[in-house]
Amino acid sequence: MRYISNTPAQQKEMLATIGASSIEDLLVRIPPKARLSRPLNLPRAMAETDLVRHLQRLAGLNAAADDYACFLGAGSYDHAIPSPINHLISRGEFFTAYTPYQPEASQGTLRSIFEYQTMMAELTGMDVANASIYDGASSLAEAALMAHSVTGRDSLVISRGVNPLYRQVVETYVEGPGLKLKSAPLGDGLTDVDALRKVLSKHVAAVVIQYPNFFGCLEDVRGVADIAHEAGALLVVVADPINLGLLTPPGASGADIVVGEGQGLGVPMSFGGPNLGVFAAKQELVRRMPGRLVGATVDVDGQRGFVLTLQTREQHIRREKATSNICTNVALCALMATIYVSILGKRGLRKVGELTTAKAHYAARELGKIPGVRLRFSAPFFKEFTLQLPKSPERVIKRLMKDRVLAGVPLKGFDRTYKDCLLVAVTEKRTKEEIDAYAVALATAVA
Amino acid sequence: MHAAKPAYDKLIFELSAPGRFAYSLPDSDVPDSDPAALLPKEHLRASAAELPEVSEVDVIRHYSRLSQMNYGVDTHFYPLGSCTMKYNPKINEDMARLAGFARLHPMAPEAASQGALQLMHELGRDLAEISGMDEVSLQPAAGAQGELAGVLMIRAYHLARGERRHKVLIPDSAHGTNPASTALAGFSVVELKSEANGDVDLVDLERHLDEDVAAFMITQPNTLGLFESRIHQITEMCHAKGVQVYMDGANFNAILGITRPGDLGFDVCHFNLHKTFTTPHGGGGPGSGPVGIKAHLAPFLPTPVVVKGPDSNAGGYALDWNRPQSIGKLQAFWGNFGMLVRAYTYIRTMGPDGLRSVSENAVLNANYILKRLEGDYDRSAPGPCMHECVLSARRQKRLGVTAMDIAKRLLDLGFYAPSTYFPLIVEEALMIEPTETESKETLDQFCDAMIQIARETESSPQVIHDAPLTTPVRRLDQTLAARQPVLRWRPSP
Amino acid sequence: MANVPAELKYTREHEWAKVEGDRARIGITAFAQEQLGDVVFVELPKVGARVTAMKTFGVVESVKAVSDLFAPVSGEVVEANADLPKSPELVNTDPYGKGWMLVIRMSNPKEMDGLMSAADYEKLVADGGH
Repeated sequence: MRYISNTPAQQKEMLATIGASSIEDLLVRIPPKARLSRPLNLPRAMAETDLVRHLQRLAGLNAAADDYACFLGAGSYDHAIPSPINHLISRGEFFTAYTPYQPEASQGTLRSIFEYQTMMAELTGMDVANASIYDGASSLAEAALMAHSVTGRDSLVISRGVNPLYRQVVETYVEGPGLKLKSAPLGDGLTDVDALRKVLSKHVAAVVIQYPNFFGCLEDVRGVADIAHEAGALLVVVADPINLGLLTPPGASGADIVVGEGQGLGVPMSFGGPNLGVFAAKQELVRRMPGRLVGATVDVDGQRGFVLTLQTREQHIRREKATSNICTNVALCALMATIYVSILGKRGLRKVGELTTAKAHYAARELGKIPGVRLRFSAPFFKEFTLQLPKSPERVIKRLMKDRVLAGVPLKGFDRTYKDCLLVAVTEKRTKEEIDAYAVALATAVA
Repeated sequence: MHAAKPAYDKLIFELSAPGRFAYSLPDSDVPDSDPAALLPKEHLRASAAELPEVSEVDVIRHYSRLSQMNYGVDTHFYPLGSCTMKYNPKINEDMARLAGFARLHPMAPEAASQGALQLMHELGRDLAEISGMDEVSLQPAAGAQGELAGVLMIRAYHLARGERRHKVLIPDSAHGTNPASTALAGFSVVELKSEANGDVDLVDLERHLDEDVAAFMITQPNTLGLFESRIHQITEMCHAKGVQVYMDGANFNAILGITRPGDLGFDVCHFNLHKTFTTPHGGGGPGSGPVGIKAHLAPFLPTPVVVKGPDSNAGGYALDWNRPQSIGKLQAFWGNFGMLVRAYTYIRTMGPDGLRSVSENAVLNANYILKRLEGDYDRSAPGPCMHECVLSARRQKRLGVTAMDIAKRLLDLGFYAPSTYFPLIVEEALMIEPTETESKETLDQFCDAMIQIARETESSPQVIHDAPLTTPVRRLDQTLAARQPVLRWRPSP
Repeated sequence: MANVPAELKYTREHEWAKVEGDRARIGITAFAQEQLGDVVFVELPKVGARVTAMKTFGVVESVKAVSDLFAPVSGEVVEANADLPKSPELVNTDPYGKGWMLVIRMSNPKEMDGLMSAADYEKLVADGGH
């Protein structure tokens, strides 16, 4: 077995040193009736070439974005991944290292996380960011718990513009602490601020909106921030950091906590995971933040170094009083994002936003020209938009697969109000040719 | 003598030069590309984010130099107890990067995701067989999320039976995520005393078992590396009071093909794919924490559940959302699929005999280390250990050398340190888990180093107190980092 | 020789209390700060908050541990040490002096009688602190 180095001869030597006659002697504490009396019923070991062939076959059954024009969004995006990222994160010292608890032997990881924290703080316009949570949804759930802990209030108002899958994760997380969730409805694609005011009270710990929201519409973050703060509640904004190279960061509009999905920053879509949960907050909230934090310090020679800090909030010390139960961060995905942001840089990230804007608006115009097809909302949008179709979106999607187009995410499963709608995402990768071909195919499909 | 080192001490921001860039983006190929004309002014960023401006060479060189400041399994023996730092096979990486997996969007139509769904379904069945459980959810993103899912399912189970139970019993030897996850699920944690060797104190357990207890959570083998041999008795005691039993699967590397939680009476267990199943640790994540359950908990599984059946996509695979009693979701999509591919590839590579020999060799290696070191360090318990052993540096502490000092000295001698100060019930604990992928030569080198340190403790402890000397930085001021947290880079004024 | 000032009263959780008229000044003991290591942060209630004897009123954090703080007596917080946020190390260097934490206007001064004397606390520490 190529991953096990010891030869039978060495195993014998080791047993002799231990003073055991066989490995069975070492398993003596396991009672006989606990022992598995048969081999595991699993497929036999496969040689590498056979295994590769098997997995290539499975992979070949999937509509990958290399073979189809991908207009799918809803929390995962086909943004371009620059070539250096994979080479760098595949270095064994990065991907086979452990959590940097021995900082002297982990400065590579610690420094890159410090850079990552800086970049996320910059993009979101907040004072401090942590070393990442699992994904955007669990980040939001952690923000909900944090708002409760900071304010002492036990309910939250979540706009209907927030990704419904994220809402489901928050519901799961607040079950234990017994927090209540209320909703603020939308009006023409944006959070209805009058309805929001009515549902606020002194029991609301935070208002949550998404920017751009699930339907692609650009919320009035400043307006909602003022309303939330008037009621003594925090404002939590869910934002995709790659968009913030161009868009106004929520921190500049009054957000207290910003969370979101960082997958667009160089992390492969990979059928929904692993992802990158961004979490950033204002300075005064730093000791309540969940997750790891890397801080700068010096060593005994006065040399700059980096360590995990404020660890007493975390599970391995605080145990049941921890700010959260989180133990890992998604370090390797955070590293992908750090390298991505380094490559794109100050101007490149803005340019990604500009291209995204141009292509999404072009697509919305061209698709909107098709008879029977219209934009569902009139609010300004970014990267995604919601199309209302004259025929069933599910049927349209199936038809367009034949044209090698992944047309969009049907919204019926999320909210029956939008059962005739399709959520279309257009990133900087979509070419005019792809968009034109989509328009032609869609026109045929709905005719 | 401090070895002179040209220490690389740059952050990417410090390499910036205005106008330098590393990206390659095409010009817009659509008309009307000015965002100012397309978006209202208030949505456009007033000033650019302070991000680096570097060339591609800068990026490659900087991150390559950073990587050289890390110890990884690829370069160093990494005996962290309870972390299972085994070799991460490279074929797993290749398979995870196949375009049909890496470039697949989670919302692609199910009929066009059959390969991914099949892989998930088969992996779920494999893990069920390995653990003796009935069903597995692959959704939790890490072990701690798996624990949360498991405890929430137990909670839902009791509520569905009309019972509201408030307490969960956890031994004082448990990993911190156990009480943290339990508290998050809304239970109060009752800490039970363990015996000195980490065994469950049956008297304390009996005293605490009542109908207000929802669950008992233990790690098997326990966190001292010993198999709890009275496990059947324990699970029976719990079930007699309607208490569900949860197994923390962090130590699964000890029992593959040897015993199974499902056969020991456990109702729930979680897996750490980034431990036993070789998905890489990545410097702290991402992990993946699937959770296995017995059939009575199936109604409460997180949604969606990957199913195979005559009704789904013409005999193929589908995501089943119709689960009215589900505890909900732990993350937005279906699981850390990229890690699931790696674990699947590993299980298919090893096969049943391979997996069994993993545990046999893991146990052999840990006992070999225990034998070679028991003369110089205190054992925490008598008898053979399983895949990890816990030593106490109690003797060394009396001479002024702590477990932390020993860890730092090991870094100088070319090894990553074992876990220290866990479990909490062992004084100056050193928890050593070699894993099965290490050779006898490596184990001997490690033991020689540990023995050398024991000698140095007696004859020349200063070299231990000064350690590490050869790493890129020496001991760091943790107090300063916590008193005056500096959590981001800022440009010099 | 333990550092246990004779004129103070003590709790089993290693807080000290000093009577100042109808008020009590409180902090943690030399033994407590030694066990904790370098203190990095102290979380205290605001002036005006109420505290209850033997219930937690805040938290003291060191690099490796965090401990709840228990009020020796009940009452209203009239002063909280404004130096501690900037200089938490005062708890280590001068736990009975500049490292004080709160001044409480006692609602029930008789609670002081239930606290340990210096001699009893010294014995507790000698026995290992539990």
